Amino acid sequence: MNLHEYQAKELFARYGLPVSEGHAADTPDAAVAAAREIGGDRWVCKVQVHAGGRGKAGGVRLVDSEDAVRAFAEEFLGRNLVTVQTDAEGQPVGKVYVESCTDIATELYLGVVVDRASRRVVVMASAEGGVEIEQVARDTPEKILRAAIDPYVGAQPHQGREMAFRLGLSGTPVREFTDVFVKLVKLFHELDCSLVEINPLVVTEEGRIHCLDAKMNIDNNALYRQRDLAGMRDATQEDPREARADEFGLNYVALDGNIGCMVNGAGLAMGTMDLAKLYGGTPANFLDVGGGATKEAVGEAFRIILSDENVKAVLINIFGGIVSCATIADGIIGAVTEVGVNVPVVVRFEGNNAAVGAERLAASGLDLVTADSLADAAQKAIQAAGGAA
Amino acid sequence: MSVLVDRDTRVLVQGFTGSQGTLHSEQAIAYGTRVVGGVTPGKGGASHLGLPVFDTVRQAVAETGATASVIYVPAPFCKDSILEALDAGIELIVCITEGIPTLDMLAVKARLDLTDARLIGPNCPGVITPGACKIGIMPADIHLPGRVGVVSRSGTLTYEAVQQTTDQGFGQSTCVGIGGDPIPGSQFIDILELFEGDPDTEAIVMVGEIGGTAEEEAAAYIAEHVSKPVVAYIAGVTAPPGKRMGHAGAIIAGGRGTADEKFAALEEAGVRTVRSLAEIGDALAEVTGW
Repeated sequence: MNLHEYQAKELFARYGLPVSEGHAADTPDAAVAAAREIGGDRWVCKVQVHAGGRGKAGGVRLVDSEDAVRAFAEEFLGRNLVTVQTDAEGQPVGKVYVESCTDIATELYLGVVVDRASRRVVVMASAEGGVEIEQVARDTPEKILRAAIDPYVGAQPHQGREMAFRLGLSGTPVREFTDVFVKLVKLFHELDCSLVEINPLVVTEEGRIHCLDAKMNIDNNALYRQRDLAGMRDATQEDPREARADEFGLNYVALDGNIGCMVNGAGLAMGTMDLAKLYGGTPANFLDVGGGATKEAVGEAFRIILSDENVKAVLINIFGGIVSCATIADGIIGAVTEVGVNVPVVVRFEGNNAAVGAERLAASGLDLVTADSLADAAQKAIQAAGGAA
Repeated sequence: MSVLVDRDTRVLVQGFTGSQGTLHSEQAIAYGTRVVGGVTPGKGGASHLGLPVFDTVRQAVAETGATASVIYVPAPFCKDSILEALDAGIELIVCITEGIPTLDMLAVKARLDLTDARLIGPNCPGVITPGACKIGIMPADIHLPGRVGVVSRSGTLTYEAVQQTTDQGFGQSTCVGIGGDPIPGSQFIDILELFEGDPDTEAIVMVGEIGGTAEEEAAAYIAEHVSKPVVAYIAGVTAPPGKRMGHAGAIIAGGRGTADEKFAALEEAGVRTVRSLAEIGDALAEVTGW
């Protein structure tokens, strides 16, 4: 789950990390009030969306009057911001963040991730702040410093100090960087983060360390013990179909093809998409109905798949493990009858009770195409969708 | 022979009396697995499915001589359950549960690495040596005792691979689901090493997916240490970057972990790869000459 910058900074402040004074606003009046409360005569206005690349897209602006704060809020609130990281529609802007201005001497990058290869939480830092860290990692990997954190003792100050010196810092900033390093890892652990990034972390002209941006992702599997964070979820930033699927225990990811896929198991769901592509088709989505797919879940899966108007055929691929294909067949029959499916549906059953499931589909009198192998199913679905792309 | 489990493996069930534990224990017992009892804290002394229930894993090990344990407890309690099994000296821990917080697994893995115990999973179908021992949730009847070792990050993709090797009459020595999480207890390399050393495993099927670098590490290992023919399939060629594809570990992050990179690494290592998951069985026939 992603958090907004303003939410992440609120959490940063709780952990004693240096952030600017700022307030999120959902109306132009509130934005002006925020600027007044902060005081001074220069502010930074930032659009709050779950996507990077806001600055380049015009969503971050340095302003020097209350009128300019109001103009920024009026310009963006209620609109969509398109950045290099969003799709063509962009992300809806529900809030703008107004914060005090910081004088920047140096920009650094500081991030914390779970490194799968070393199986450690790893802190990464680079003197190349403000730019895309993925690009630094690709072009000049030697410029990224790393420190692995022991899961039982946590971040140690010497790790932060070493990093600070290697970043070229000296004097007060070393102490402050070390403090940020230790506190950031503590936040990462205590809040079950999967990613925390400060890009840029800046050294001000007064030699202070300051978190200019804040990005936090939370491990969805840990939300049961992070109730406060679960409440920070902003559903407007998610694909509505993906969010709806999630409510029904389905995993759905929208793609741009025309063959709707309904599969049990995440790996098989990917494999089915790949197969459609291999035979010249284009998958419209990833959808894993899970191991214990019920009639209700199958019905909802149909509704979600068919809400995509690009879908010209549905390919159902079920490998009955614990779940019986006969049960799934009942679910499909019920769902097709109830939902009113108006595109061809190709079904391939394998495993537990596959033959019984196929018989039930045949006996239902519904217009379903049964396939006797994986390849056959993919080819029939492509044909039903109007041929190879 | 086989790897990890055989006819003599004495299996304990953690979360024995719950609905999942009950369902899958019944099936395991029916398959012939030597389930020796289970653990449900507070229900010690009771009997379930005709077997003893214990309060703690330590008691259960002392009373039954169990060497393997399978975990069906809910995700919030899995870290504790795995560490309890470790502390009690269990040699093989199989965790089926999906949805364990990543930071829990980092802590578990750090402890695990200090011991000789093995953890399979979490978020996996389990381990089966056909005809001898079934630990997990895989459908029994698609398996056939035989000569192919199967290792996979995905449950239903394992079943596909198994079905194809059964249909071709090759059968399986042991099938291991290492799970779809970003921090698994065992990696491909761990299982490849076992298959290479197992005289009954004559060929290996490896099923990977997008995310992480476990397949690339496996490719390097195969090039150096594996003499047996390997057929590999990677799911997720069509997966968009930055999106989690069902499994917590199946995500292309920062442009890394793509299926194409993994296919390339495996091909470089001399592995026979298939782009269609329907062709695993045929490719196996081709590389082995069976």
